[in-house]
Amino acid sequence: MQADRSNELREHVAEAYARQTPLCITSSGSKAGLGRPVNAAQLEVAAHRGVTHHEPTELVLTARAGTPLAEIEQLLAAHDQMLPFEPPHLGESATLGGSIACNLSGPRRPYTGAVRDFVLGCRIINGKGEVLHFGGEVMKNVAGYDASRLMAGAQGTLGVLLDISLKVLPVPACEMTMVCSCSAAEALQQMNRLAGQPLPLSASAWVEGVLYLRFSGSDSAMLAIPGRVPGEVLGNAEARSFWLELRERQLPFFMASGVWRIALPQAAAQPSIAGRWLLEWGGAQRWLHSDAPVDKVQTAAAALGGHATLLRRGEHPRALLHPLAPELMHVHRRLKQAFDPAGILNPGRLYEGL
Amino acid sequence: MPRRGIPKQSADELVRQLLELLPDESVLFGEEDQHPYECDGLSAYRQMPRVTVLPENVEQVQAVMRLCHRMQVPVVARGAGTGLSGGALPNPDGVLLSLAKLHNILDIDPIGRIARVQPGVRNLAISEAAVPFGLYYAPDPSSQIACTIGGNVAENSGGVHCLKYGLTVHNILKIKLVTPEGELLCVGSEALDSAGFDLAALMTGSEGMLGVFVEASVRLLPRPECVRLLLAAFDDVEKAGAAVGDIIAAGIIPGGLEMMDRMSINAAEDFVHAGYPRDAAAILLCELDGMRQEVDEQAEQAADILHRAGATEVRITRDEAERTLLWKGRKSAFPAVGRLAPDYYCMDGTIPRRHLPKVLRRIGELSKEFGLPVANVFHAGDGNLHPLILYDANISDELARAETFGGKILELCVEVGGSITGEHGVGMEKIDQMCVQFESAELSQFHAIKHAFDPDALLNPGKAVPTLHRCAEFGAMHVHAGQLPFPELERF
Repeated sequence: MQADRSNELREHVAEAYARQTPLCITSSGSKAGLGRPVNAAQLEVAAHRGVTHHEPTELVLTARAGTPLAEIEQLLAAHDQMLPFEPPHLGESATLGGSIACNLSGPRRPYTGAVRDFVLGCRIINGKGEVLHFGGEVMKNVAGYDASRLMAGAQGTLGVLLDISLKVLPVPACEMTMVCSCSAAEALQQMNRLAGQPLPLSASAWVEGVLYLRFSGSDSAMLAIPGRVPGEVLGNAEARSFWLELRERQLPFFMASGVWRIALPQAAAQPSIAGRWLLEWGGAQRWLHSDAPVDKVQTAAAALGGHATLLRRGEHPRALLHPLAPELMHVHRRLKQAFDPAGILNPGRLYEGL
Repeated sequence: MPRRGIPKQSADELVRQLLELLPDESVLFGEEDQHPYECDGLSAYRQMPRVTVLPENVEQVQAVMRLCHRMQVPVVARGAGTGLSGGALPNPDGVLLSLAKLHNILDIDPIGRIARVQPGVRNLAISEAAVPFGLYYAPDPSSQIACTIGGNVAENSGGVHCLKYGLTVHNILKIKLVTPEGELLCVGSEALDSAGFDLAALMTGSEGMLGVFVEASVRLLPRPECVRLLLAAFDDVEKAGAAVGDIIAAGIIPGGLEMMDRMSINAAEDFVHAGYPRDAAAILLCELDGMRQEVDEQAEQAADILHRAGATEVRITRDEAERTLLWKGRKSAFPAVGRLAPDYYCMDGTIPRRHLPKVLRRIGELSKEFGLPVANVFHAGDGNLHPLILYDANISDELARAETFGGKILELCVEVGGSITGEHGVGMEKIDQMCVQFESAELSQFHAIKHAFDPDALLNPGKAVPTLHRCAEFGAMHVHAGQLPFPELERF
C-alpha cells in the first residue's frame, strides 16, 4: 500500500495556519502516552505511507511517515538489513513517523546509536504549511543546519514529518546472550567495564537480579565470547523473547501502573531512591517503580547529570516530562516560534506553551 | 610577550573596552599581530579583523560576548583555523574570537568513557590522553593533529572512519556554549539523551552561527583489538565503485573504505613510496577492525568479493608497518597532489555512490572544458568525493576558473541527489551553491533558526546560509534544473 498524501497534508496545515487553529498530529496512536494530551483537531498521517526508496548497497532507506514499522522491518530483513536503533513498536500498527518523532530507541541504542543518529534527512511541513526538505540520502551532509535530526524527539512540535531517510545496517550474522546473577551495583560496574573493552556488545540489561549481556557479530567472534565474559550462555529462543519483551516494555516489571524512565550517564551511581529498579542501556536508561515524590526523583536524576520522565497508566494516562531550566525553555520557545509561529503543531505535547 | 601600550586616543572604543576585560596580551589589534588570523585553511579568502581576542577562560569569553552584544559588533569564533571553507574568515568590522587558549582536557572518565574538554583541545590530543585506558575518540579528520574539538563540533567534521563510527555529531554528548548575549547554555547530556529538543544535534555543524562553544563532552570508544587493511587494484573506476557496493551488501561494514584514482595514486606514490600499483585506474583501501576472529574471517571474505568484482590485485596487510605505509599514501594525498601544481582547490561533495561512474566521467569532461587537471580521492564508503582541482594562482583567471569548475562539480553532486558539502562546511566558500541545494522556503527556515539564537545576527554574519537576495542574483546567471528563470525573457 503506497500513497503520497503530502499535498493534502500540506493544505490542511496551511489552512490551520491561516485560521490559527491547532492540530494534533496522529498516526496509529501507539505513542500517545509518551507526551501530554493535545486538545485539537486531528491531523491523520497514517494514510501517507510506503517505502519510496531502498538501496541496500548504500545502506539507505526512505519511507513516508505513515509507513508501518513492521512493513519496513520486513523489507529490510529480506536484504539481511535492519533499523539499527531497534525501535520499540509499543503497538502493532506503529509507524515510522511516530518512532522518529519520539526518538524511541531499543536495547541496541547505547552501542549502535539512537534514532537521531540514523536520520539522514527528512521532508516536513512547518507550521506555516510549507514543505521543506533537509538533509538527504547521503551519509555525510553538512549543508545548512541539521534540522532533520532536530525532528527526532520533537514529537511533531516543530513540523509534520512527511518522509524520512535513514541509514540502515546489516543484520549481525550471529547473536549470543550471556546471563549471570548479581546486584544492581555489580551490574552497573560490569556493563561499563565490558563496554570499555573491544567486545561486540549490542545490548545490556539488569532485571530482577540477573544481568543480561547480548553480543552480535560473526560466528567465530561469538565462539570467543564465553571465554571472555563471565556467566552462562542463554538459549537463543529464550534470549530473543527476552530482548523483544524488554524492547516492547512487556516484561512483568512494566505491567504495574506508573513507571519512571530515568536517563543517566552510564556509569552514574544508583540514585538513593527506594523502589524497584530495572537497568538498561549499560546504565543509561533506568526504570523505577517508586512512591517517592515527583520532585525528589527529578532532582536526584538532575544531580547525577540526567533527567526523569514519569510514564503513567490508569488515571493519569500521559507522561510527565522533566522540567527544562528557564534559559533552555527560552531557547525552546524561540525555536518553536521559528518553525511554527502560530503555535498550531501539537501545542503542549512536550511542555506547556511549546 | 611584551606589554603593549594602550591604543592611542584615536584608536577605537571597542579595543579600549576589550583591554579592560582581558589581559593585554590577549587583545591583538595591530596589523602584524593579526596577520596569522586573516584566513583559515581556505587561504584564497583573506580578511583582516578589526581586533583579535584570545580569552583564557569561559568568564572572559562571556565578557567579550556581552561587550560585543552591547556594542553590536560581529564575532567570528576560531579554533585552529584548519577549516577548508572559510568558516573562520574574519569580519572586517568585527572581533575574531580565538578559543586557542582554552586548551585543557578537563576530565577523562575511563569507566563512563567520556572526555570533557575545552574547545581548543586538539582532536588527536583526546585520543592520546585516552591511550592509557585503551580508549580513543573516533572522528579523525585528516587535520586531526592540529584541528581542535571546538572547530570539529562547529563543522561536524568527519574523517576516514565515518561509515562505521559516525561523524562528530554521533560522538558528542554535551556542549556548553556562550550565547550572543553572553549567557552560558548547556545542551545535550552525558546521559544518552536530554529532555526537550535535540539542541546538541542542531548545534553540531552550525558553523559558529548559533553560539560559541566553550566545552564539549565526547564519547570515547574502546580501541579495536585487531585492525587489518586490504588494498585492491582495479583497471576500471566503475568496477572499483561496484566492489564497494558488493562489500557492503555482503554485510561487512569496514572501519574505512577509501578510493583513489590514477592521478592521486601516482602523486601519492611519488611522494611517500607507499607501494601503490601505478598502473591501476583506481585502488580501494578497505580497513576492517574488531575482534581478531571476526577481522580474520571478514578479511578473507572481503578479498574474495574484491577478486570477484574484478580486482587485478588484492593485498592483505600482515603487520602494522605495512598498514601504516598504505594509509600514509592516502593521508598524504592532498599534499602529494599539491606538488603537481602551484595551487590546488579541494572540493567536498557527496553523492549516492551508485552515481559515481557518471559523476567521475562528467568531472573528467569538465576538466577538459576548463583546461584544469583534477585528481580524485573518495571516501567511498560514505559517498564523500574530494576532487582536487590543480591550478596556478599566478596565471590570471586560473583561480576564477578553478572556482567556477568547483561550483559545477558541486552542482553536479546536487543534481544526482547528493550534497555540496560532506564534511568541510559551507562557510564563505560554498554560499552560492547553497542556492542550488535549497529552495527559498528552506533557506528562510534556516534564517529563522539563526534568528532564534542570534536575533541581532552578530555571530559569523554572512556565512553558511545565503540571503534570498544573494540567491536571486546568483540565480539570475544560473540555470536551475535545466530551466532559466523567466524563460519568457530574451537573453543576450
